[in-house]
Amino acid sequence: MAKTKKTIKTIRVDADKCNGCRACEIICSAYHAEPKYSSVNPARSRIQVMSHRMKNIWLPVFAGENANAECMGRNVYVIDGKEYPECDFCRASCPSRDTFKEPDSGLPLKCDMCESDPPLDVPKCVEKCLNNVLIYEEREEEVEEEIRPEDIQVGLEALIDKYGVQKVLDTVSRMTASKRG
Amino acid sequence: MRYAETGFNLEIDLARGSVEKVASDPRLTELHLGGLGTSVKMHWDRVSPETQAFDDGNMLIVSSGLLNGTPAYSANRTLCTFVSPQSGLLAYPMMGGFFGAELKYAGYDKIVLRNKSPKLVYIWVHNDKVEVRDAEHLKGKGALETQELIKAELRQPKAQVAAIGLAGENRVFTASIEQSRSSASRLGGGAVLGDKNVKAIAVRGTKDLYLARGEEFMKHMAEVTEYINFRNTNPIPDVMTILSGIGSPQEMKHTDEKWHTENFMWGNARTRRRDFWSKPNEENWTRTQLEAIQRLISCFNCPQQCGALVEAHDQGPRYMMKCFGKLTYSMAAYVDDLGFNFKILQRATEYGVDSFSTPQILAFAVELYEAGILTDKDFEGCPKDKEGRFIWLLDRVARREGIGDILADGVYYAARKIGNGAEEFDHNTIKKHEQLPLKLGMLDPIYYLMYSTNEKISITQIEGNFPQSAFPTREQREAFVKDWVQVPDERFKQYVLEWEPRGEKAIPYFPTPDMCSEIVDWMEMLHNVDDALGLCAGMASFCLKPPYHIHNYPKLISAATGMDMDEASLKKIVNRSRNLHRAFNNLRGMARADEKPPEDHWKRRFPELEQELLSTYYRFKGWNMNGVPTRERLMELDLGYVADELEKRGVLKVGEN
Repeated sequence: MAKTKKTIKTIRVDADKCNGCRACEIICSAYHAEPKYSSVNPARSRIQVMSHRMKNIWLPVFAGENANAECMGRNVYVIDGKEYPECDFCRASCPSRDTFKEPDSGLPLKCDMCESDPPLDVPKCVEKCLNNVLIYEEREEEVEEEIRPEDIQVGLEALIDKYGVQKVLDTVSRMTASKRG
Repeated sequence: MRYAETGFNLEIDLARGSVEKVASDPRLTELHLGGLGTSVKMHWDRVSPETQAFDDGNMLIVSSGLLNGTPAYSANRTLCTFVSPQSGLLAYPMMGGFFGAELKYAGYDKIVLRNKSPKLVYIWVHNDKVEVRDAEHLKGKGALETQELIKAELRQPKAQVAAIGLAGENRVFTASIEQSRSSASRLGGGAVLGDKNVKAIAVRGTKDLYLARGEEFMKHMAEVTEYINFRNTNPIPDVMTILSGIGSPQEMKHTDEKWHTENFMWGNARTRRRDFWSKPNEENWTRTQLEAIQRLISCFNCPQQCGALVEAHDQGPRYMMKCFGKLTYSMAAYVDDLGFNFKILQRATEYGVDSFSTPQILAFAVELYEAGILTDKDFEGCPKDKEGRFIWLLDRVARREGIGDILADGVYYAARKIGNGAEEFDHNTIKKHEQLPLKLGMLDPIYYLMYSTNEKISITQIEGNFPQSAFPTREQREAFVKDWVQVPDERFKQYVLEWEPRGEKAIPYFPTPDMCSEIVDWMEMLHNVDDALGLCAGMASFCLKPPYHIHNYPKLISAATGMDMDEASLKKIVNRSRNLHRAFNNLRGMARADEKPPEDHWKRRFPELEQELLSTYYRFKGWNMNGVPTRERLMELDLGYVADELEKRGVLKVGEN
């Protein structure tokens, strides 16, 4: 099968080195302002440093996908004896919290790795983190070129598996006749 | 549209519980920038010279600086201004941390607190929603504990909280305002906040702060960033480790304390221990520090790591530590074990007390006891060991119990209240305020002027860009001045080149009084710029060859605010604010007679030279021989109304110039 190349962009977060300065939040919000650098507002940043000083937790987290609904359950991680408050590792903007949402409109925010034309060497948060907590890495991965069945075929196959070919055909004929009326 | 600042202050009348959002006059930004500058102006306009620290009329302003919240690295200082219970003058302790920027994102440049609340409250600022909330349940709680409790009860982990501990509630004159890893400690801001019955101020902001010319601002910041990286990898050679880098003194990173322990005084600024840094002591101190530090931490938007999260083995809960507090209690108590300092500082931080003044007050009490001026009756219940005694005394001071009630007013007032010869033991205060425990041999003319004349009344944050002492060799001097881009004028390089450790071109006669005036003026100008911008002095005025200096401040200010600014206009603005500040203090009686370091500050004193230094500096500043700005100088700085007031009150003679 044919192979194609895909670029995987990663920001490695060395959270043990984070000293909680939030320079990443500041530059992210300034870079994404319209026009660029016209304003600063860390609440708009697509990276948030989850800080719990007395627990020795400083955890930079990037905004991921929007979730329309809350999770059915929550979880709490304990790592090296430190209990991370619930949802701290989660990258989603979701109805349970204000994180990763525009503070005025409530619209979800998502990290875009500062994609721009021409491209930047590294995302802005990485550039402004002088303590190397955030390290940008790019690698190429070879992936097999898949031949993807059409959605309709996937759906029909599932129906055939469940009801058999004849039942599906009969149903389609009946529906066709009734639609054409 | 306002840029870099929000253009609004929050005015809170605590007696009435009323809150007002008040637009500020943009003309004040042009005249005084922001931060300390605009705060001084508000005190001048609204606080009479008769107002004392614990009067209703004493305002406490918590202010951001002009560049707080912008992408300028290390612009994170929050300034507290008030009439000090200790000095009776306008004090301005500051803190790093996260408060000032958060305040601006909430939409305010300053919070102005007036009058007193009838009961203990805390203030919750969440963008446009501002509440004065009951704080009875927080009474007596620690300063760090309170911050965590408020964030939890508001369910706002991203809120920033400035709080006082028990010492502030009890109006201890050295009470601090604590916030995150930082504190506004000097001159009793915590006591004034406590007197107003305010336990804490919490703020959360999610609004935009605007930059006038953002792209241009970021271009200037790129140069600053490049220089920060350069300085972090190129420490200055031929100076003490602690002076070689940038940021506030890297006390959490460095373990070598030979210099502090052998050059600073132990006890009540009393004994120099030249052989302290022995192998066993070095091992104890290094091990204690490395074991206790959990993580090095920063203030808002700062790449340096001057603070630390600390958890000392078996010695109490975690807390955050910075700078010189690491060793002041051990040294004041004559305790060789650094573990003691880590233990007692946790307690002192929760009480919320200044770790410069407080250990000296406790050491002063121990001296009085040993001299028989304080007696067993005063020390009833006090343990006999040095460590236990210090902790017991700290508890008494924070709670204002027994002898602690007298000591809580600081060394100057306590000495006078105790009497019976106690005044002789008050040997390290200037303008009633405890100074660094430093007693040296030869009069240093530059330090003489800084100690004597600055409104800050605390030497550590006045000095900075000029080397502390002469380099021994010509080669070292040439190497130092070669890439010294920060100097405002090339002649400062010549002063360094000519300055010798010994001989004719050495202290106390060189630098000459004229040169000293220029050097001191330069350094305090830098501090005044930083204090208006909210920039950390550790990245500018307080260190050698810093990333921020007179040649790049104006560019950053212009790009951020849209105001036209060059070096001359910037100097004029901070000079204006400095003279206004001085006039405010002059009206309260501050004059030449107050401007002197302690008698024993140096072994070798030169009374005539000292007076010449002071007179030369006064002339240079445009002040009369009593240290009051002349009408001529005030008119140059658009402060005619100040000259009128000084004349009206007889502080300045009409027609005197």
